[in-house]
Amino acid sequence: MTLLTQFWDFFSSVKLAIFTLCALAATSIIGTLIPQGETVDFYIQNFGAKTAHFFQILDLQDMYYSWWFLGLLGLLCTNLIICSLDRFPSVWKIITTDNLAIAPERITKMANSTKWEFGTDKLNQLDLAGLLKESGWHPSSKSLDESEIFFSQKGRWSRCGVYLVHTSILLIFLGAIIGHFSGFKGSIMIPEKSSSEKVFAYKNNQPLALGFEIRCNSFAIEFYDNGMPKEYKSSLTVLEDGREILTRNIEVNSPLTYRGITFYQSSFQGYQNFLVTITENSSGDSKLFTLPFQKQMSWKEKELQFGIINAEVVGQRVVRSKVWFKAGDNPASIVWIKDNDQADFTSGTKKYTISAKQMYATGLQVAKDPGVWVVYLGCCIMLLGLFMAFFMSHQRIWLYKNNSSNTPQLWLSGSANKNKVAFGKVFNALKTHIEHAVQR
Amino acid sequence: MDSSQLLGITTFTYMFSTVLYIAILVFRTPKLGGIATVFTALAWCIQTAGIALRWIESYRQGIGHAPLTNMYESVVFFSWTIILFYLFIEWKFKTKIIGAFAVPFAFLAMAYASFSTDLTKAINPLVPALQSNWLIAHVVTCFVGYAAFAVAAALGIMYLLKNTASETTGPAAGFSSRFPAPAIIDDIIHKTMVFGFIWLSGGIITGAIWANSAWGTYWSWDPKETWSLITWFFYAIILHTRYTRGWSGTKIALLAIFGFASVLFTYYGVNFLLSGLHSYGSG
Repeated sequence: MTLLTQFWDFFSSVKLAIFTLCALAATSIIGTLIPQGETVDFYIQNFGAKTAHFFQILDLQDMYYSWWFLGLLGLLCTNLIICSLDRFPSVWKIITTDNLAIAPERITKMANSTKWEFGTDKLNQLDLAGLLKESGWHPSSKSLDESEIFFSQKGRWSRCGVYLVHTSILLIFLGAIIGHFSGFKGSIMIPEKSSSEKVFAYKNNQPLALGFEIRCNSFAIEFYDNGMPKEYKSSLTVLEDGREILTRNIEVNSPLTYRGITFYQSSFQGYQNFLVTITENSSGDSKLFTLPFQKQMSWKEKELQFGIINAEVVGQRVVRSKVWFKAGDNPASIVWIKDNDQADFTSGTKKYTISAKQMYATGLQVAKDPGVWVVYLGCCIMLLGLFMAFFMSHQRIWLYKNNSSNTPQLWLSGSANKNKVAFGKVFNALKTHIEHAVQR
Repeated sequence: MDSSQLLGITTFTYMFSTVLYIAILVFRTPKLGGIATVFTALAWCIQTAGIALRWIESYRQGIGHAPLTNMYESVVFFSWTIILFYLFIEWKFKTKIIGAFAVPFAFLAMAYASFSTDLTKAINPLVPALQSNWLIAHVVTCFVGYAAFAVAAALGIMYLLKNTASETTGPAAGFSSRFPAPAIIDDIIHKTMVFGFIWLSGGIITGAIWANSAWGTYWSWDPKETWSLITWFFYAIILHTRYTRGWSGTKIALLAIFGFASVLFTYYGVNFLLSGLHSYGSG
């Protein structure tokens, strides 16, 4: 046995597939019992120094990307490829073979087979092709000296189903590899009114340049009565070289994609800063200020001074803020404003409207994954392949008329590669149909 | 009538269904079979009404969502899918005796949902991550798969009883003589596992697509995801041993039962014993 033959036999065996799947299943369990991605200290504290060291040798803290787990996945891929290369050619032969060239004796050896002997004239009067068509079979035929053979088949491509399933697994792995090597995953917190040109990678917290700028214009959040977040969304703008390219609202489950990079609304953080907009009603002049908590600011042109002197909070969320406001030399006024609401101030002869909103930072998860569509394609093909492999079968029917002997013969036979019981019924129905046609 | 009353009734109706199906085994009246089926179908309709009502009630409370979002709702839905799938199997294979093994799974699930103190029955609002149409696709595909695996396990138990009993005589042999032939049970086990496998594949895929649109990663080796993959591997292995090693009979029946243990850990064990992104499902 050559080395190549040994290699081929090993990798084309289903035994290897079963072993590899068992190994993958069993080892995967380990990663769910040992917490993944924790610090060295965590493992030392929870498992002891010796065990923690053992974990490190086998990379158990990140086991799904360890050399041995990836090795098992590689083994599975090789196994899938070699198995398919080994078995598919003979399947292709069956799909594309000329079934009319079959030796007549083989017809009688099929799982479903029946023979009739009729009088010559009766047999030649029958439109056999028509009979088959009436039963839903579209035959091709071939005539020889004293015989004629009809053949029809359904669902021959279903034999590819299992190969599609296996190929889909390879596609999914390919997509994952593409994503791993030419993609990234990271996150960024952008306070309202600020922008960023980079994000921070999950793996090592290194900054990654986006190649463009992303700005958070505003963040809005609603809460349920019990304090849980109900809905939150951000208005984001993409800028290139200072030019605004696009603006979109994103919320959880509804991300923004630009140049292959996708921004997902994933979290938020309430700051102890406020966004205060002051409008002088008479002139309509309005200005937005970013105001730290308990810090006084002024709008010099309008001779206004203001500040947030207190706030009522639930967790990190401001419910109401206490605004201190003084116009010129007039006495100051103090008013509680609900978050993201506004109040009117009258100072002397002038009226002002002030709105106060807690400033939030929007928490974005950022990902670039060029392989994701390859993975999705693999998933679709897998479902298609599973359906073909389990719910469709390859059914074949032969009808052979032989005029050579004194007693002309008609042979009908058929086979199916799956769901043979159901095919048996179909075959019997066809048999009955032909018998009735002859007896008429 | 509100949803919790209808769903409370369901626990008892499924218990009575179980009794009816077991009665078919004990007494030999063919009429009982028809009664059992009709009663179970009616009980399923009541449960359907209960689930639909809960859906409507959530909208009335201003936190409208499909009743598939916490452990209580998912256990109720699991029990609903088991009965639906079982009735389909009963119709397709014309064997009512399977009910004595499959319906108890649905009854036990409802009993757990109704009486366990671990589960909150209140309709809770959804956090933003769960507010997505993928929720319905993902939960439904997974549970249709789980239900098929539950019925396969029930059939596995039935097969083992039939197989051991046929070598003995006495009352045990008497019951199992009413079961279909082992080869037939084996065939149905295979078909239910194939069905479950396809739906589980769909469940994992819809979960991955949803995860990608919510978090930017279609796979993060989170314990729930990993265990669903372990279950998927398990049934893939069973399908291969059957097709290519010719395994059938007792071996497959045992594997069907162990496979369901993996399903239960994926569904339930992960939420309560391990932690991760899927912690929504706990209580």
